[in-house]
Amino acid sequence: MTATDSTSTSTDRRPRRVPVRTARFSRLLDLRLLAVCAGAVVVGLVAAALSVSVGEFPIPLGDVVATLVGTGTRSDEFIIIGLRLPRALVGLGCGMALGLSGLILQTLVRNPLAAPDIIGVTGGASLTGVAILVLGAPAALLPVGAFAGAVASATLIYALAWRGGLSPFRLVLIGIALAAAATAGTQYLLVVGELIDVQRAAVWLIGSLNGVTWEEFWPLAVGLVILLPAAAGLARSLDALSLGEDSALALGVTVQRARLGLVVVAAGLAAFAVAAAGPIGFVAFIAPHIARRLTGLTGAAVLPAVALVGGVLVMVCDLVARLVLAPIELPVGTVTSVVGAPFFLYLLHRANRPARGG
Amino acid sequence: MSLSARDLTLGYGGDPVVADLTLELPAGAVTAIVGANACGKSTLLRGLARLLAPRSGAVLLDGTELAKLGTREVARRLGLLPQSPAAPEGLTVEDLVARGRYPHQSWLQQFSADDQAHIEWALEVTDTAVLRRRALDQLSGGQRQRAWIAMALAQDTGTLLLDEPTTFLDMAHQVEVLDLLADLNREQGRTVVMVLHDLNQACRYADHLVAMHRGRIHAQGPPADVVDAGMVRTVFGLDVRIVADPEEHTPMCIPARRRRRRSQQADTEEPGTVSETPLP
Repeated sequence: MTATDSTSTSTDRRPRRVPVRTARFSRLLDLRLLAVCAGAVVVGLVAAALSVSVGEFPIPLGDVVATLVGTGTRSDEFIIIGLRLPRALVGLGCGMALGLSGLILQTLVRNPLAAPDIIGVTGGASLTGVAILVLGAPAALLPVGAFAGAVASATLIYALAWRGGLSPFRLVLIGIALAAAATAGTQYLLVVGELIDVQRAAVWLIGSLNGVTWEEFWPLAVGLVILLPAAAGLARSLDALSLGEDSALALGVTVQRARLGLVVVAAGLAAFAVAAAGPIGFVAFIAPHIARRLTGLTGAAVLPAVALVGGVLVMVCDLVARLVLAPIELPVGTVTSVVGAPFFLYLLHRANRPARGG
Repeated sequence: MSLSARDLTLGYGGDPVVADLTLELPAGAVTAIVGANACGKSTLLRGLARLLAPRSGAVLLDGTELAKLGTREVARRLGLLPQSPAAPEGLTVEDLVARGRYPHQSWLQQFSADDQAHIEWALEVTDTAVLRRRALDQLSGGQRQRAWIAMALAQDTGTLLLDEPTTFLDMAHQVEVLDLLADLNREQGRTVVMVLHDLNQACRYADHLVAMHRGRIHAQGPPADVVDAGMVRTVFGLDVRIVADPEEHTPMCIPARRRRRRSQQADTEEPGTVSETPLP
């Protein structure tokens, strides 16, 4: 929630928080967060339903339901289960992963403009992904290659940024430098490649769900099953770290271990997403902001909302990407960028406003 | 609850900033660490709070080396308010204070009845309960500092370390913060250790004064025993007259007039630069 909003209205509007306690479990439940999550689930279900229903062969929602419970026709089953459902699910998963990655990094480096690009994940994945597409390697290697590139470049950046400990500031600077180097390599490949390969690479670089299958879905699902609980487990340390290194240490956080864990989780989430659908732009950056504005929360408390908002955002954007110029399917990254770029400018504008006195 | 340093040497690479320092901080008392800029007082506090690992020697908490205790275990007994801490944009006072409960929580238990009680208490004693829903970045300096103290209090530690808790505050807010710390010490028996810039404030609020000079303890004890013109000249490089504080009768320094100072300066060796000299 912005400073402006909370001065004027949110003090009164802010919903009650309810402690929830059993013998071994306790949480302060934020009702607005709960409402936002419920809302996101509803929008997500509608988007998923539409996304499997509309297309070149429209399938009425009734038949969609029939197919999902196993009583539909053969052709409906092929289109829905074989083509459209994995696409919707990969969109959901990528959005969740990217959103969480963005949230972790923005909180960790204490900069609202941070995204996985700065820890080298996107740059490295782009380079290896394009290399596979342009240099004639089997296309099936694309997800594996992109994942390897993401992990390799993230590791390289940590190694270079590590100096007896991980300083977020060094991480950002080295990340930017290596991202520039990776971009140069990617551009070189795009210049020397065959036109048809370069075209495919260009679409992939924007981030696209066109033609994704269950093959892209399963690795992503496995990644999320491992990394979502890890992110939730590190959330408390993330909150403590956002108060600065000294305060976190004084609170009993093992700072270097927590930081490393968080960066690995953030990099891993982004790597799985990029491997499945290419570097979909702006999602990691805007999903946390949208979730914060909707819930009025700061810090890691917003985590479930960020995952849901990110997932729904990509699904809705992909729906738009499929429909706006139908039958041509745009890469989903164009739509997320069209939404994200103005939002980015808006945030910059807000950040540049003169500081408010205290 | 007792905190002490034994042959403690601290530094950031290069010459040590604090050398071979042995210090016993009286339990249940207010201790003020004073000294000129760069005398090592903040470094000492960082060492006591385990933010800086000793090069040699040790910090002992109830007789056990800090390094041998788990960091969470230490965090339940030793709290710290760093100098000018920063909070993320939009963080509310109550959410900040709740973060002080970190060392008492686990993933499953994140808002126990105990947590809630300590958070409410911390908001109450620091007078920040009315500000609980306000974002920190909208508060005045004094309010913000009280909120941070509330966070440190919610941590519920027997000993509280504070690094210049009154810096950047106007006079009224300085007194407000120091009175709060004095109350906490008197009413709850909490040990308070703070680095203070202002020697007069230190004299007024501290039971025990530690005067540092070039990384070593120059003098320590009750302010009335420790503070005299000679000590201030050595530690701060300033000529002063000591009078009794008309309110509390603690020692109070009145800097000498400039003309007089200059003439005396000729006798002594450049008082202004003493603190920058590295240790042998």
